[in-house]
Amino acid sequence: MYAACLGVMVFILYASNVSSSPYVDVPLLNCNCPPGFKLTEDNTCIARNLYDQYAVRNLAGVGGLKSALPKIRDGFSPQEIDLGRYLFFDPVLSGDGTISCASCHDPKKGFSDGLATSIGIDGHKAKRAAPTLWNVGYLKKLFWDGRSTNLEDQMEGPLFSEEEMGNTPENLLSSLNGIENYRKLFAEAFPDRNSNAKISLDEIYTAIAAFEASLISLNSKYDQYAHGYHDALNQKEIEGLNIFRSFVARCAECHTPPLFTNQQFAVIGTPEPDGLPLDPGAEVPFKDKSLRGAFKVPSLRNIEKTAPYMHSGRFKTLRETVQFYTNGRGHAVPEGEDLLIHWHIWEPNLTDYELDRLVDFLKTLTDETFTPQVPDKVPSGLEISF
Amino acid sequence: MKKTFLKILGVVFFLAVGMFLGKHFFGVKSVETVPMPSTIKYRNVGISSDTTQVAQSQEFNGQIIEVKNGSSIQDAVKKANPGDLIRVFPGTYSENVYIDKDDISLQGVVINGEWPTLDGNKEINDAFLYSGNGILIENFKIINYKGNGVMGQAGNNFVIRNNWIIDTGVYGIFPQYGKNGLIEHNVLSEIEDAAIYVGMCDNVDVLHNEVFDNVAGIEIENSRHCLVENNYAHMNTGGILAFVTPGLPIKTTFDVIIRNNFVVNNNHANFGAPGSTVAGIPAGTGILIMAADDVIVENNIITGNNNTGITIVDLANGMPRANDPNSEGNPDRVVILDNIMYDNGNEPTGEIKAIMLTKLENKGPDIFAFGGGTGSTIRDKNKYRTFGIDDYGIAQITDTKDIPTMMTPGPVPPRSVSEQELGEMTYYGVCAGCHAFGTRLIGPPTEILQAIHNNNPQGIVDYINNPKNLREDYPEMPPQDYLSDEAKMAVAEYILALKE
Ligand code: HEC
Ligand code: HEC
Ligand code: HEC
Repeated sequence: MYAACLGVMVFILYASNVSSSPYVDVPLLNCNCPPGFKLTEDNTCIARNLYDQYAVRNLAGVGGLKSALPKIRDGFSPQEIDLGRYLFFDPVLSGDGTISCASCHDPKKGFSDGLATSIGIDGHKAKRAAPTLWNVGYLKKLFWDGRSTNLEDQMEGPLFSEEEMGNTPENLLSSLNGIENYRKLFAEAFPDRNSNAKISLDEIYTAIAAFEASLISLNSKYDQYAHGYHDALNQKEIEGLNIFRSFVARCAECHTPPLFTNQQFAVIGTPEPDGLPLDPGAEVPFKDKSLRGAFKVPSLRNIEKTAPYMHSGRFKTLRETVQFYTNGRGHAVPEGEDLLIHWHIWEPNLTDYELDRLVDFLKTLTDETFTPQVPDKVPSGLEISF
Repeated sequence: MKKTFLKILGVVFFLAVGMFLGKHFFGVKSVETVPMPSTIKYRNVGISSDTTQVAQSQEFNGQIIEVKNGSSIQDAVKKANPGDLIRVFPGTYSENVYIDKDDISLQGVVINGEWPTLDGNKEINDAFLYSGNGILIENFKIINYKGNGVMGQAGNNFVIRNNWIIDTGVYGIFPQYGKNGLIEHNVLSEIEDAAIYVGMCDNVDVLHNEVFDNVAGIEIENSRHCLVENNYAHMNTGGILAFVTPGLPIKTTFDVIIRNNFVVNNNHANFGAPGSTVAGIPAGTGILIMAADDVIVENNIITGNNNTGITIVDLANGMPRANDPNSEGNPDRVVILDNIMYDNGNEPTGEIKAIMLTKLENKGPDIFAFGGGTGSTIRDKNKYRTFGIDDYGIAQITDTKDIPTMMTPGPVPPRSVSEQELGEMTYYGVCAGCHAFGTRLIGPPTEILQAIHNNNPQGIVDYINNPKNLREDYPEMPPQDYLSDEAKMAVAEYILALKE
């Protein structure tokens, strides 16, 4: 049916006479879905995984070990997803051609950047840490402060922020439309429109969103345990799981399986790195004092890979991070601030032994088996450096 | 905070006007409004269907595993298969028992007044933690834990009964995210939050329990379709609570019947942890309905609660500091039927005291409603001393005898998944990371697997259980033995049937 899907990568050799951009070979877009997705008759990719075994008890997709996930953003075509992959790694998206999404969301660093707070164009220091993008297709709130509700809107943030990628919509469109490779790839990914039409912003957003939503991590050791293979975790890790879900530590009340987030806001009162003022978090976008210092509960999947931790990377290690929860309710709130600390933040008096077990458990949430391939070359011909 | 205060002042002003008007309108109580008493023709006592099958999807049909003093309940759970019954004999078991399997029954055996006792020594977090469906936990004495006596995370079809639970930390019995459950004949005391806490659940009956000396006796929170019947809630800070806590992923509480309970002398000083949701409950609260909808309060004996008999409040006033635009904060359509109430409000505290003083009353009322909410009704308004229910109409029902239970008619079935679907989930969810049609990923293309094992699904199963490195130019395949036997066979057959 999809004749282009030949199984073997086919390289198109463009005649490079019209293009002002350098000549690069790019393969045809992949016509298979990425792992974790099934291709349907109408050429869309639908998520499939072992959590589909479980009845949907609630649309929030929260519960225990054998609970269904929330609804994912799926239904993109394989070509859209693959085009999104090129865009994601291509620094042509930034104003000066130096920064790609992957600069701050590097697959080798758990789709984060290893920094306390990210560094954008011209060395601009961002105020917050880059969150992982694993399983981001399941999230209903984006950014630490939840100010965006869908991936398409979200990416306008980094793309057009002077601190991050420093681009403008006009410049982005003109640079992509000026690259023959991209014109062809977009025409392939969006076959319903006139193949000579100009690349539009919506197409760019759709493709990148399609790629982001394809990043699935649900095959960790923890998942094997959850699906019933109890030898997947050793004794110490099981102890950690039991501490994690107990009502003393209460981690699972907010970091609720299967995604390890209940996708709510919580004020937990984490400290900022020295010298940075308190980040008011969700108070600002929601204009709501009761959300001062509130952040979206982050997923903990692949957490081992994304140090340092918390919204501004104050904690270097997981051990320090879990220690935070037992140092006392509100212990790190700056003087003069009256934050509405969440009721689950209390004084659980966790022992050192328990904190070590929590860290053991958190490391069982690692699974990068579906890591997408970094393209050898990007259509712009720019150097991939991140 | 300031806002609430202003709000209260505003209300107080209208109240003064209301008092004036009220004297005129209600000065002479109209006789026609007194309904005929509904004789208590029924009482849900003894209906407890005492079998292990009430909620389990599988009848008890397995092995009986016995646990004697000195051995471990968890070891028995590890050995148990779905359908098994674990019988625990008298003795002291200091452990955290976790049950991540379906259809396991744990039954204490009490001999000569000696109970099998789980003792956390104030060092262990939880006594029982379960995530499986169809879990039964009965006849245990549980003491001195730090977290919970029994905590469920997402297990459906649970039965927790006949347990004697003292000071197990935050909660006594706490099923969370479960559907269809029965909590009955338990005795719980000295719990620093709720003794019985039904959280984010559906279709749960809480029957015939005794709860005393806790901060909250029975709490139905962010849950729907619950029946709280024939419980004895006394000497807690608050007796029986139905409410919405904002900020949780499940946002509603509705369809709750509170019926035939004894809610008596709930005047315990509040010893809840600072910041906890119950820490703000004033001592002397009989029944509290906050932001929950369609709650029916019927045939309860509510006496001696020093603040109020029944408090009905919205979130803006009850929890002014919390805020969740997705939680609707008004208690709507509350129905108060016949109840026996007297001797409530002897020592009102805090805001209720202040508000009552404006009415030149120094006692708290039987029924106190404050804040938003519409459509609430009461069968006989004149019978009780009330505050804030002037807009309550006359109840459209007289009783709820047609609702003997809120549990589902049968056990909630697991999702039925065909072999083909299971094969598909496993292939795309697991194998597709390394195998695909037409391309070499980490492993060989799927059509090669098909060719090698044509018509031989068992061959695939054997290989994935114990893969050998067969190809020089490929890495070794990690064993997939963690998959269930059904999933292994299903995926093998799925792969062989797959067409590009
Ligand atoms: C300069 C570094 C940087 C670049 C470049 C960057 N991001 Fe981010 N990204 C961040 C930071 C920092 C945040 C968190 C910001 C916040 O919460 O205020 C973030 C947040 C996100 C989120 C929200 C994730 C969540 O869980 O809430 C998504 C999705 C995302 N970025 C996608 C992208 C995409 C797509 C691109 C390319 C178009 C991109 N980012 C480019 C640093 C970057
Ligand atoms: C009240 C809800 C809540 C509870 C309970 C809770 N967390 Fe968190 N957790 C959060 C929020 C919100 C953040 C982000 C806070 C920030 O960045 O300032 C977070 C952040 C984290 C992070 C860092 C994530 C990252 O990407 O940097 C880790 C690790 C973590 N929590 C582990 C735990 C553990 C372990 C427990 C139990 C001891 C726990 N949490 C209990 C809400 C909670
Ligand atoms: C992490 C990557 C990975 C995953 C996941 C994986 N495989 Fe493999 N598989 C391989 C590799 C690599 C080989 C080739 C090994 C060799 O020949 O040495 C292979 C080979 C095979 C073979 C060929 C055996 C033969 O007789 O030649 C079968 C059958 C197979 N895999 C089935 C599966 C099934 C079914 C699943 C999912 C349950 C699965 N694999 C998941 C990597 C993987």
